[in-house]
Amino acid sequence: MRKPLTLRILSALDTKSWIALGIFLALALLVVPVLHLNFPEDSAFHVSTYAITLIGKIMCYALVAVAMDLIWGYGGILSLGHGLFFALGGYAFGMYLMRQIGRDGSYGADLPDFMVFLDWKELPWFWLGSDSFGWASFLVLAVPAVVAFVFGYFAFRSRIKGVYFSIITQALTYAAMLLFFRNETGFGGNNGFTDFKRVLGVTITSPETRLVLFGLTAVMLAATLVFAAWLVKSKFGRVLTAIRDAESRVMFIGYNPLWYKLTIWVISAVLCGIAGALYVPQVGIINPSEMSPGNSIEIAIWVAVGGRGTLIGPIIGAFVVNLAKSWFTVSFPEYWLFFLGLLFIVVTLLLPQGLVGLWKKLMAKKEGAAA
Amino acid sequence: MKKTLIALLLCAATLPAQAVLDPAPVRQLAAEDSSAKVAAIRQLTQTADPDAVRVLKAMAEDSLFLAGDKVVIIEGEQAFDATSGEAIKMPANPESPTVNNRIRGELASALAALKLFDADVGVRLASAQKLQSQVTPEMAPLLARALNQESDAQIKALLTLAHAQANLANTDPAARLEAVKALAETSSPTIKSVLLPLTEKAGEPDDKVRYEAIAAVKAIDSRLAMAENVGRAFSGLSLGSILLLGALGLAITYGVMGIINMAHGELLMVGAYATYGMQSLFRAFAPDYIDWYLPAAIPVAFFAAALVGVVMERTVIRWLYGRTLETLLATWGLSLVLIQSARVLFGAQNVEVSNPSWMSGGIEVMPNLILPWNRIIIVGFAMFVLFLVWVLMNRTRLGMFVRAVTQNRAMAGCVGVPTARIDTMAFALGAGIAGLGGVALSQISNVGPDMGQGYIVDSFMVVVVGGVGQLAGAVWAALGLGIFSKLLEGWAGAVIAKISILVCIIIFIQKRPQGIFALKGRFVE
Repeated sequence: MRKPLTLRILSALDTKSWIALGIFLALALLVVPVLHLNFPEDSAFHVSTYAITLIGKIMCYALVAVAMDLIWGYGGILSLGHGLFFALGGYAFGMYLMRQIGRDGSYGADLPDFMVFLDWKELPWFWLGSDSFGWASFLVLAVPAVVAFVFGYFAFRSRIKGVYFSIITQALTYAAMLLFFRNETGFGGNNGFTDFKRVLGVTITSPETRLVLFGLTAVMLAATLVFAAWLVKSKFGRVLTAIRDAESRVMFIGYNPLWYKLTIWVISAVLCGIAGALYVPQVGIINPSEMSPGNSIEIAIWVAVGGRGTLIGPIIGAFVVNLAKSWFTVSFPEYWLFFLGLLFIVVTLLLPQGLVGLWKKLMAKKEGAAA
Repeated sequence: MKKTLIALLLCAATLPAQAVLDPAPVRQLAAEDSSAKVAAIRQLTQTADPDAVRVLKAMAEDSLFLAGDKVVIIEGEQAFDATSGEAIKMPANPESPTVNNRIRGELASALAALKLFDADVGVRLASAQKLQSQVTPEMAPLLARALNQESDAQIKALLTLAHAQANLANTDPAARLEAVKALAETSSPTIKSVLLPLTEKAGEPDDKVRYEAIAAVKAIDSRLAMAENVGRAFSGLSLGSILLLGALGLAITYGVMGIINMAHGELLMVGAYATYGMQSLFRAFAPDYIDWYLPAAIPVAFFAAALVGVVMERTVIRWLYGRTLETLLATWGLSLVLIQSARVLFGAQNVEVSNPSWMSGGIEVMPNLILPWNRIIIVGFAMFVLFLVWVLMNRTRLGMFVRAVTQNRAMAGCVGVPTARIDTMAFALGAGIAGLGGVALSQISNVGPDMGQGYIVDSFMVVVVGGVGQLAGAVWAALGLGIFSKLLEGWAGAVIAKISILVCIIIFIQKRPQGIFALKGRFVE
């Protein structure tokens, strides 16, 4: 007998994980806002705007890392083009934010500044409806989904896999980057979108808006985690893992890997799109460099550092790598690429299971010593 | 001295006997009005008299003066009468006529036109070439005269063109028709723009001439379009050669070890920086032989890149066999380290690598189609490297081993092929070829830390399209992609070309997932 949905969702995580998740949400939704709003800036308990923006940004990255882990860790498909879906979500929501500027741009026109600059007289067709929050939110989900579906359908149908698939996804995001760099494409060229003023009519830089966005990202991350945990334990997730480990065998048993791969691929892309949409209002800018192949491959290293095939791993990895990045780029900018490069090498050579794997190994050793 | 004497004699023999210049235009040179001066200059030019050259040159050099009613040339302490060229007494207070920019331009073209009558063939040729772009209708009689006495065939052809251009404004329709017909044989954009006004009723009243002009423009257009396409195909060929040099190594390493080396582009960079290093060495220690730095750089770049490749293989890639996706990440890490090392060692800016003198210039096939030497040499170089690799793979023991490991690693190991050593050798070979690609690349594009990144995606596409394990696949894919993308670029712009090529590749591997030249047999997986 099938258990009701609520019960199945509840059983996605064990009790300890539910408690940890609860603590995380309480921190993000209660403690941080209270500390940010109620303590003066010089107080030791004050959480600065910088910290909130940074953590909010990294939570978006963590969301992308979980999405990447679903496809790579559980599906065995390494995408080097996930930055594209992240950017597509960001651009879709960025269009709405650009329209919210209204006449407060430097040219005081109805059109976004870059269109005035290009001497365009009216909005191109794909900007239609971009002033509606609902339509923009729909696009955030739909655009990455459609792009991922079309690309994935053709790629998986012809059974492109392994490094071939990785290379093609890299070329895809590279081509998209070139496309978005063009001014005529209609997305602001290499400056992208920036100088946002409002979201839903509220000032975007006010502390309250920031905290709401921060909280929303935390909730989204938590929800994704629960969803992913449920997904990988479901029958679907098991078939997916089987495809990862022995695709031919799964085919001979009678499953068609195409639809399993395609489903997880589209889910992963949509999650990236959502992350991008949450990222843009918090960071305040989106431009085509988000689609550079280097950015996408960095996502893979977050997952690898944390440990793929686990769900908490990618989140840990995203936090570790990005905190290191913010520290390095301020303190030793010229050594960051060395560090990142060595991280790629060391993790793949010495830590194939990532930090989570290392932790598990250490615990096992400790237990073995205790016994 | 002798030369000038002969020149003077020749001129005296060929020109109508005219001991002295017509005094009226000479006097007019010193007139108040600029237009009068221009008219005088043109009139003097028409005579094609060496004395006219002397006077106009003096005017251009500001040594022409007006003394009372006489125009004189003053050189140092000596004064000459401008009309006759006789030495005269130094006048009391000579006045210099105003020579403004308009006059100077007029003088320059007049002197250039008069060079057509120089005794030296080289000077005449240079003058005729220079004239092509600045023909004015007034020059027609002068050009006709020059054409009449010209004996050199090349100069004659140039002069015919110039004369025809000048004749386009002739009042006689027959002469115009003749001129248009002569110009229809050319393929230069400037002549096309000269002919264009004649294709409209406002510019050409005579129907016959107008139709002829329309036909001529069409003929020129089709020749221009063809030249442009040939030019594009050629630059595609040279791009394809670079891609080939990048992809050959990639195809070998992917074929043998099944790994994609993301740091391959950085091996190109190593080769390019090795070239830069050799150039600096030659500049410092053997500046006389600077043109030889490029041949010297070829082995250096090969071994530098191969050495980096061996280190990469021994320290990192060796430990990741069988884990292809992880190798992708690890080699990406290596590429980041290499890029940053280049930045630290050579600075973040591009360094300057110049072509040796024997590589500059090109072959002019048509006025708008010049095949640059550096690209021709790169195509030849790529073919040469391809030949060497082919020999190495098909005619040597090492090549046989490499092919054996590519086809079946386990079986090759069983019959005694040292697979681990072959891996290292193959990787070094692939890296070395990339280094050679870097040498070629340094001659046509910037050398900087990020240069490898731009070529890596394209090189991968070559491997994807070409399939693995056979050189032929890489060759056809590289040349095909190179030419195809350059032709597309000409019609649709670089970005659209790149995107449509990517789409084409995705469609293509629907049909042929293993590339154009798949390995035959039950080799898959």
